[in-house]
Amino acid sequence: MRARRQVLSFVCAAPFLKPFAAHAVGSDAVPGAALMKPAELADLLKGGGPQPMILQVGFERLYAQAHIPGALYAGPGNQDDGLAKLKSQVGSFPHDRAIVIYCGCCPWTHCPNIGAAYTALHDAGFTNLKVLYIADNFGADWVDKGYPVTRGG
Amino acid sequence: MRWPALLLAMIWTAQADAAPAGLTPGMPVPQFSRPDFAGNLVEMSAYRGKVVLIDFWASWCAPCLVEMPHLIHLQNRYRSRGLRVIGISMDDSAGAAKAVVGRFPFNYPLLLGDTKLGLRFGGILGLPEEMLVGRDGKILHVWRGEIPAASIDAAVKAATG
Repeated sequence: MRARRQVLSFVCAAPFLKPFAAHAVGSDAVPGAALMKPAELADLLKGGGPQPMILQVGFERLYAQAHIPGALYAGPGNQDDGLAKLKSQVGSFPHDRAIVIYCGCCPWTHCPNIGAAYTALHDAGFTNLKVLYIADNFGADWVDKGYPVTRGG
Repeated sequence: MRWPALLLAMIWTAQADAAPAGLTPGMPVPQFSRPDFAGNLVEMSAYRGKVVLIDFWASWCAPCLVEMPHLIHLQNRYRSRGLRVIGISMDDSAGAAKAVVGRFPFNYPLLLGDTKLGLRFGGILGLPEEMLVGRDGKILHVWRGEIPAASIDAAVKAATG
């Protein structure tokens, strides 16, 4: 009975479920070879060697509460102005510059930002581009793991 | 170890240790007072004695939108037993959040959160996130990520029983 009610709720809600997005590019646009695990990036930051440019391509509320130290806010990848800001952030860098982008707003398969952001930088010719694979969200997959965080701005 | 590397390692450790944990069961729910999208003031302190289900959501969050009909159903079913649902949008703008209002027959208040409110709740660092608060104002459950509806059903039933 409960399962039937939940299915019914989903069916009733289905026409309304499309999130608001200017760019409907899913996270499946990111090839496996471009993915970087959180532990890999954490090791990279910890190592003290050459650091990649890290860009948060999600929402400002999330970035302002907590982000990876040194990461710049680039704006949401699902919006035109977010992609424009992303391109301006990397505009002066050589195309072989190491760049890591991440979002973590919600579960990977539902992320409205990361696919569009990856596609924009890839299409712009950036060849050393990695995408942080955040399975569930930034809180669970980065902060709760004890990786370094800058909070509140 | 060279000094720069040592310094980086020290900073790393300090930052990781300094990161406060999110809210957990048993802690008092943070107090806040904000107008909802209809212009009515939502004051957390006024909910003392009620069971409160706080839903953090956003217009861009597909799993959040999937949950909304279920939350509406819960509010209907358990209102007489003292359940009150509050929806807090973590959208960057009120316009995006308010655009969701017409998509569902909401029977609970929706309001706009912000960075300050998020930090007060220990950091809303991904959606969906939901929190069940007992009649004594203490947190009973926190769910982060995609949430099985049955888990919320069972917790609400127990808290309002």
